[in-house]
Amino acid sequence: MTAPYDLNDDSVVVIIGTGAGGGTLANELAQKGVDVVALEAGGRYLPEDYINDEWESFSQLAWLDARTTSGDWRVAKDFSGLPAWIVKAVGGSTVHWAGASLRFREHEFKAKSTYGEVAGATLLDWPVTLAEMEPYYDKAEFKMGTTRTNGIPGLPGNTNFKVMKAGADKLGYTECHTGRMSINSQPRDGRAACGQVGFCFQGCKFGAKWSTAYTEIPKGEETGKLEVRERAHVLMIEHDDSGKVTGVVYADKDGNHQRQKARAVCIAGNSIESPRLLLNSASSKFSDGLANSSGQVGRNYMRHMTGSVYGVFEKPVRMWRGTTMAGIITDESRHDPSRGFVGGYEMETLSIGLPFMAAFLDPGAWGRSFTSAMDGYENMAGMWLVGEDMPQETNRITLHGERKDQYGMPIPNVHFDDHPNDLAMRAHAYKQGAAVYDAVGATRTFPTPPYPSTHNLGTNRMSEKASDGVVNKWGQTHDIANLFVSDGSQFTTGAAENPTLTIVALAIRQADYIADQMSKGAL
Amino acid sequence: MVPSPNTKQMSRRDLLKSGAAVGVAVIAGAGFVAGSTGAWALEVKALKPETMATLIQVARDIYPHDRVADSFYALAVKSHDDKAADDAAHKTLIEDGIAELDTMAQAAGAAGYADMGWEADRTALLHKISDGGFFQTVRGGLVVGLYNQKPLWPLFGYEGASFEEGGYLERGFDDINWL
Repeated sequence: MTAPYDLNDDSVVVIIGTGAGGGTLANELAQKGVDVVALEAGGRYLPEDYINDEWESFSQLAWLDARTTSGDWRVAKDFSGLPAWIVKAVGGSTVHWAGASLRFREHEFKAKSTYGEVAGATLLDWPVTLAEMEPYYDKAEFKMGTTRTNGIPGLPGNTNFKVMKAGADKLGYTECHTGRMSINSQPRDGRAACGQVGFCFQGCKFGAKWSTAYTEIPKGEETGKLEVRERAHVLMIEHDDSGKVTGVVYADKDGNHQRQKARAVCIAGNSIESPRLLLNSASSKFSDGLANSSGQVGRNYMRHMTGSVYGVFEKPVRMWRGTTMAGIITDESRHDPSRGFVGGYEMETLSIGLPFMAAFLDPGAWGRSFTSAMDGYENMAGMWLVGEDMPQETNRITLHGERKDQYGMPIPNVHFDDHPNDLAMRAHAYKQGAAVYDAVGATRTFPTPPYPSTHNLGTNRMSEKASDGVVNKWGQTHDIANLFVSDGSQFTTGAAENPTLTIVALAIRQADYIADQMSKGAL
Repeated sequence: MVPSPNTKQMSRRDLLKSGAAVGVAVIAGAGFVAGSTGAWALEVKALKPETMATLIQVARDIYPHDRVADSFYALAVKSHDDKAADDAAHKTLIEDGIAELDTMAQAAGAAGYADMGWEADRTALLHKISDGGFFQTVRGGLVVGLYNQKPLWPLFGYEGASFEEGGYLERGFDDINWL
């Protein structure tokens, strides 16, 4: 029932990207009867295609187009060509995500008024409040089947969770459980319950984890109102003399350029590609790039304060068994400046297989200090630390001056310097993470540095005033009424929580707005 | 640098097996490096066999796991011989890197790098060259080349893919009894 639309059909809404934002928006609009063409740079892989092997899966799914890095973040040293670990496929990074679905807290929508002036940070309050978002969070959780909402039971805890829970109890943490996860704890919505396979990052072969690849996308296609074009890499967004966007130029699977006309364009290519596309769409009318009168496109790149702690114990843990993110401690996610930093962080179990442990435990390390750690792999428990990082104007996506991608377009550079607040939070999180494991008898713990970014946020941020950001409270660009941003690049600030639930909630809300504007003839 | 996933699963058939035990790599004749007990042999196409034998020792010194046999290290660095066959610059990088280590070892009174008896003496030399292209190329290649060998995983307790077995729901996902 896939709807094929003509390249010259200028009544369609074009969505660029099919992940949490684009995939959700595509289905929501199609359900409302809006004609949608979704352009996806990657191919289509479904649960039967996913591979329970870390490097093989990485080659299948990861976005590996050329990128460069700069700044003092350690990722620039360890993985200079891979600033982000995200997915190039139908479903985007919802194929790869771990499933954690946490609402932002009220104060996190008001970062500037709550935290006050933080030197070097470009904090801002969101033009949206938690109260406004709550109905959409409700819809997102129902759609995604989030555990501990809608009467859905929590997932059972695996060994890695049990170690975390025992440590949390001994430390006196009170908020430790198996999380709010968009992974079926019981069959739901035509999808199976979790089989505790592990390999959540490699695509869920049970289809138990929510991913737009096999939920939103096929549901949208069933309406006859959504056409998904795979291996369609958008190069440029075009506009007319009045400044309205008219369509996009993309390279198809054979590398041929195609021009799809559009009534409106919604960008959801993740926080590196989305600003890159706006910058690459510069014209004589918009010489600094589309929607960039503020100069804010690409700025305030956030990637969450992250780090991991792995602990080795006297006896086996076998943390790889079962869900990758199997539990959470939320006690440290409060805003409590007495800890020496603003904002908070979550502690979430994480496991990676032996091949990725070798690459990520301490990149670049060698010799017996490293290999004796690897020898403890079977006895390891692990957690990821993820907290709010400070937006900084100079942390940004820019176009590389010389290097071009396979289509001849300038590649992105990702510049990131840790803010002192990020460093203070990471130091605190490492200490607390190690304390959790020490409390249950760890013989050795490792403060593991950040992986390539999975949470890429903020490069087209949402702002009340047009001079402060790129989009308004609906994700509509301040400059161009029929151009929208529909992914995490809209985030005004990062909050402590994993971003997917908020991206989905914003997309549902944006679909309502777009349909309303269309019915009023404003779009 | 980007981790370079060598998705081509390295094959144990690349090693010519002839026995059960394993030991230190030795030169087994023209174009071959072998385990000292004759358990395995590796054909060398482009690099000098002496170079490959020392490279295997370098690989072990970079990521020493005493329960892991030399054959795994041999397989992990075999790609450098393959690449050297097609790429003269790579051949020079490896040959010169090993030659430099041997020269440094001789200056320290040993016959060559692989003849230094203590790991600490050898790694002291590696530390001196650890910022250079030779060392970084060899170390970087080992991250995937060594640890992505599936036959090695059981030595670390790692079980790999579980989907084919139905996951761990009925197979011990929460099986921990010492807490």
